[in-house]
Amino acid sequence: MTALARAIGIRLGLAIGLLLAVVVVVFFLIQVAPGDAALYLGIQQGVGDPEYLAGLRADYGLDRPLLVQLGSYIGQVAQLDLGQSTYFDQPVLGLILDRLFATVLLAGASLFFAVMVGVAIGVFTARRPESPASHGVTVLSLLGFATPVFWSALMFIVIFAAGHPFSILPVGGIEDVRYNGNWLGETIDLLQHLVLPALSLGIIYLAIYSRLARASMLEVLESDYIRTARAKGAHERVVVYKHALRNAIIPVVTTVGLQVGALFSGALLVEFVFGWPGIGRLAVNSILRRDSPTLLGIMIFASAMTIVANLLTDLAYRLIDPRIRVGGSR
Amino acid sequence: MTDLGIAVDSVETGSRGALRMFLRNKAAVFGLVVFTLIALITIFGPGLYGTSARKMVAPPFLGPGDDLAPLLGTDYLGRDILAGIITGGRTTLLVAIVAALMTMTFGLVIGSLAGYFGRWIDSLLMRFTEIFQVMPSLLFALVVIFLLGPGTRNETLAIGLTMWPAGARLTRAEFLRWREMEFVKAARAIGCSDLRIMFRTILPNAMPPLLTWTTLIVVTAILFHAGLAFLGLVDINSVSWGSMMGKNRGYALTAWWTVAFPGAAIMITGLSIALIGDGLQDAFNPKLRGR
Repeated sequence: MTALARAIGIRLGLAIGLLLAVVVVVFFLIQVAPGDAALYLGIQQGVGDPEYLAGLRADYGLDRPLLVQLGSYIGQVAQLDLGQSTYFDQPVLGLILDRLFATVLLAGASLFFAVMVGVAIGVFTARRPESPASHGVTVLSLLGFATPVFWSALMFIVIFAAGHPFSILPVGGIEDVRYNGNWLGETIDLLQHLVLPALSLGIIYLAIYSRLARASMLEVLESDYIRTARAKGAHERVVVYKHALRNAIIPVVTTVGLQVGALFSGALLVEFVFGWPGIGRLAVNSILRRDSPTLLGIMIFASAMTIVANLLTDLAYRLIDPRIRVGGSR
Repeated sequence: MTDLGIAVDSVETGSRGALRMFLRNKAAVFGLVVFTLIALITIFGPGLYGTSARKMVAPPFLGPGDDLAPLLGTDYLGRDILAGIITGGRTTLLVAIVAALMTMTFGLVIGSLAGYFGRWIDSLLMRFTEIFQVMPSLLFALVVIFLLGPGTRNETLAIGLTMWPAGARLTRAEFLRWREMEFVKAARAIGCSDLRIMFRTILPNAMPPLLTWTTLIVVTAILFHAGLAFLGLVDINSVSWGSMMGKNRGYALTAWWTVAFPGAAIMITGLSIALIGDGLQDAFNPKLRGR
């Protein structure tokens, strides 16, 4: 218990240090960029008078030494203040939290689909290693890896849009106004809107997970303890789904946890294509609006999410596989 | 190559054997042929095809097969899609390859230093690597371009800066594995410098997984650049597969060919490189074949 608590404590400490480092990186990125906030404000107001700009800089504390500014920036972030959006004139954190549900729903649904179907395909093909389906998994996984997610998203829209071959699903946005107030209708409507975005993001990961699950399962099925289980006469289904799957799933879990950052990148493009009102679309729009506090706030927020996801993966890892040494290095 | 005594020797026979194995892999050879064709088209295609990718050549939105339409149709400004695909590969491939080289250099330097010297250098460099690993890569690239402005150089930098951590970790793992081997100890015993041991003794042995990784990195960089161009964040005057899709996105429903073909070009290029990478992996590590 104490060892575990200490290990978790160390992980937490490292995670906080990591987040701090991200904040420092973001801060210096702002410094590297040409121009500063005062200049942007001046441009917006149509004022270029150096004296006025100097006044603005003094007002916002931009004339202080760099390290002092960094200190106050870190203090700000530590109080969960990610700054003020220059476009919405609202706190950035609020803007992000408003859109968090949509992004988590999209990413979660894609991941759930990819892991469930991927592991099923992996197990199915691992039991028939020489079948065409098994070789198909390899090719499909490479195809999934090489396909731009915004292309698959656009192709889904072309196929499923009204007036096109299969116009059965909505191809944009997250809700239809006609269901307002009716919670059952709203939920069904939300799920309908979710299908295509989640599929376009999910099939990319499905390709990766099915191959990973298959490779992992193949390896486990060859191990001695599986042969022993078969030798003692355990039912094949028990051997595969109980003994083998438990071990084979470990690399999949690790990869899922480590890919949260990549998942966000994919979600960003899918949100953009489908007009899905999530954090990714906010990030893209912030660039077009030159709303740097929002963009950088999203960057810090998303990094924090990735760090939390990595921590959770670490924990899940320990739960699935008690052999992992507490606080041990890989 | 687990036998310590022959590790250095087997690099020679190993790589020749690997080449033979690669050439026997039909999928990998197919990938190599397709990629060579694509590379030739991007180099010589624009000169041979003759139609400019920037000029209006026919009425807009002609589908493939329509009267007067070029082979793959025209976009919203009546530009030839095929000409765009032939011309657009250049920017994407150039940025992707340079970014991949940059990534490989970063990853190699940081990973080899961390893996070879270990201890505090290792901890320090790995913590540094983690910083770049937790920032979502596309978002980080967006931020870099947002702050530095578009342009081929900044795009390459943005992509290169986001992709190296995985390579650093891989290189480190390889160096950790090889540095305790007998032949490395022997090299140290006869007084070879650290630099020589790192790059002449260990690196050749660590190369196979790194080569495979590099092919994957090229694919990722292509997808990255395409994504940035699709979002309209690269140089607005450049023609690339991603930017063609981004500009025609609003018309996808009425003119599917304006987005379908450039995207297919990205996919086929990526797939051909991925097939090469897969073949390399099988050739270097036959134990993993078919997995």
